[in-house]
Parts: sequence; C-alpha cells; structure tokens
Amino acid sequence: MLKKSHYIAIVVVVLVVVALLKLPLETMGKVKLAISGLFLPLFGLAGSTHELAGEAQKELTPRRELVREIDQLRRQNQEQKIQLEQDASLWNENARLRAAESWPGQTRWRVKLARVIARDPANWWRSVELDLGARDGIRTNFPVMTSDGLVGRVQSVSATRCQVVLLGNPELRVAAIVGTNYETGIITAGSSLPQDQGMIELDLLSGNSLVHPGETVVTWGAGGVFPYGIPIGKIVDSRPKEYGLSMEARVKLAANLNALEEVWVKVP
Amino acid sequence: MNWLHSIFILAVAFVAVFLEAACNTPRLLFGAQIDFLPALMVYTALTNGVGTIVLLAVCSGLWFDSLSLNPLGASVLPLLAIGLAIYCSRELLLRENTFAQAVLGISAAAFQPLGTLFVLLNLGVSPLLGWVSLWQWLVMAAAGGIVTPLGFALFDRLHHAFDYPSATQLSFRPDREIKRGRM
Repeated sequence: MLKKSHYIAIVVVVLVVVALLKLPLETMGKVKLAISGLFLPLFGLAGSTHELAGEAQKELTPRRELVREIDQLRRQNQEQKIQLEQDASLWNENARLRAAESWPGQTRWRVKLARVIARDPANWWRSVELDLGARDGIRTNFPVMTSDGLVGRVQSVSATRCQVVLLGNPELRVAAIVGTNYETGIITAGSSLPQDQGMIELDLLSGNSLVHPGETVVTWGAGGVFPYGIPIGKIVDSRPKEYGLSMEARVKLAANLNALEEVWVKVP
Repeated sequence: MNWLHSIFILAVAFVAVFLEAACNTPRLLFGAQIDFLPALMVYTALTNGVGTIVLLAVCSGLWFDSLSLNPLGASVLPLLAIGLAIYCSRELLLRENTFAQAVLGISAAAFQPLGTLFVLLNLGVSPLLGWVSLWQWLVMAAAGGIVTPLGFALFDRLHHAFDYPSATQLSFRPDREIKRGRM
C-alpha cells in the first residue's frame, strides 16, 4: 500500500500538473517546444535514415528509367515555361488594370520548402511539426500548403521547428469562397465518419446559396492570415441548416493530409 | 538493478512517444494512432515502485503533450491514475499470466484516452470528436491488449540479460551423503 511519502509525492505532482495546465498559451507553447527539443536527435536520425533510403533507391534505379524521367521532366518544364510566360502577361495586364482602378497591387507569393518531421500523436488533433523555425524566417500564422492546396497555418515556432495546425482541426477556421459564384463561408472541422478523413465542412453559407458539387473552394483572404486564392478543395454536397436560414457543404480537400511529407510555407 | 530498470522504462517511453509522432503507419492502416504508454504503465505498476510510476507518468505525459496540441500536462494525470490503481491492487493480480496482462492492457489503453478527454473537456478545450473517435478508441484499446504482453516479454528478456543470474540450488544434500569407511 502507499506510504505517507508516496501521498506527498502524488500531491506535489498533481499540483505541478494543475499549474502547468493553467499556464498562459504563449508560455505553454514555449515550454512545449523546449521539451519536444529533446526529440531533435531522434528526428535528425529519422531524417538521415530517410535520406539514406532515398539515396539507396537512386542507386538502385536503372539508368533507362532515369533517362525516361529526365525526358518527361524536360517536356513538363517546357510546358511550364510556356504557361509561365502566359501567366506573366496576364499578371502584367492585371497589374495595369489594378493601377488604372487605383486598387492595391498584388505581390507574388514567396514560399519555403519544409519537411514534415512529426505528427500529432493524439488522435483528436490534426497537427504536424516542420523542420523550419524562427531561424529560417518562419513566424506564427504563416499559411502552409502543398502544390495541391492549403494544408494549415503555423501555430507556434521555435528556433529550428514549428508546429502547424492542419485543416479540419477544431481550432482552425478559414474564410473561404466558392470559386464560380463567390458564395462565402467558413471552413470548420471535418466529418466524423472514419472513411471521410479528407473531408471538411464549409459552414455559414447563406440560406439561398447556390453551391454545386464539383465547384472549387479557395481561401477568401478575409482576416489577413490566408491570402486570396489558395485552393482548399471541391464541393461534394450541400444541405440546409437551421431551418433553411443557412447552409453547409462538405468539401473534399485538395491536399492529402494523410500523406504529407514536404510542404510549402508562405512567407511575406 | 532498480535504477537501471527505471532508466530502461523511461528510455522505452521516450522512444515510444517518438515512434507515435514519427510513424504514421497505424493511422493509415487502422485510422488511429496506437498509444504505447498505458501498456508501459501497466508493466511499471506491476513490477516497480511508486517512484518509477510517478516518474514515468510525469516524463512520458509531458513528452507526449509536447509533441501534441494537448495542453501541457493533460496526459500526466490519467497515466498516474492507471499506475496507482494497478499498484494498489497488484497483490490481487496475476502479473505473469498473459491473459491478465492483456486484460489490464485493454483496460489501461481504454481508460487513458477517456481520462485525457475528461481533462481536456474540463479545461474548456474542444478536441475533434465524433463517431470516428469511437473506432479510434476501440483500436487503441485492442492495441493495448496486444502490446502489453509483448512489453512484458521484452522487459523480461532485458531483465534476464542485465540482471544478476539467480542462484541455482545444488543437487548436493549433506543429509543424503553416503559416508564410506568405518563409522
């Protein structure tokens, strides 16, 4: 059975835990990043192993396959160049029209590549850790995306790492707009069905919204965290809510959050 | 051996938390991440003292929460509760029976997420909960039932490898000695 000293130790632990739970969010974030810094050697080791495996795979890939891939990439590169030239002319035209209407000019996005080093071990949160931190110019609330679409935003930053809250996490709400008819809503936590892990909900659409399956949803730009136009996903279906006063729609995410390995962090 | 045993347990907890954060395979296969800490706590509570139980609950709980969006300390109290509950009734438990280990593992792995959710909801935090959470809870409980006996087997091997060998009884018995010659 427990001795008196055991009871004292348990009471002390409980008090310390309660004090930790009551810490202000900012302080708690810093303490968490300091503690999780203990895992850096293991994450480094895992990263090196991953790189070694990649190198080994490169060594084992036949030369014919590599040449085929280079040819394919060369063709893709030429296509992208042509598209880029067209985009540049559209960009210039857009800038001229904006200047003529005295609208604020748009700036090109600057992005930094980051590797996902850890995922939230708890099943009720959606977050990941990246190998970029304050040393690399990362700050809180920077948008994170893949080439397919929006992934989330930076929640907390240490010198060498940052924690990113993913779309579908209850704490992350994103103002979104449906591409073709400019209906606006808020992206909230996803569906609760096991097979719908890639689904999130577009809530607070107006009652007479006309959203159709297949329409693209992008960030609206309201709120200042996410710029306008980052793809979020496509509408799957919609249904009225609160006796028809508002509507909600299910959105299939463009980015596959279950297979994140490398992401882009948008920096100003 | 006691301190070495405690260090082993903490080292395993550290690696377990790292694997939970770094390895996404269980989530892709079963739709839920497996938690090794309740199984480790069952082993610790059945084989170690209160000091190791408290140390494991605090260290592993803080390590787990530091990599998660959980408020720091949310996992410590449920782990401590599991450890102390098993410790207080360990004279009644068949610690060497695999079935008993599995049942304890299932119970601990089922209690841990519920306890943490209780703490989270009392703090006013709203985690992502739904029908999928029920499936995840079942997966975690079942995994606890599988991992706990495996953990016992692993630690027993380590124990045999690093502990002093137990003294074996000699077959020689002085009362059965046949003495030859004149009596």
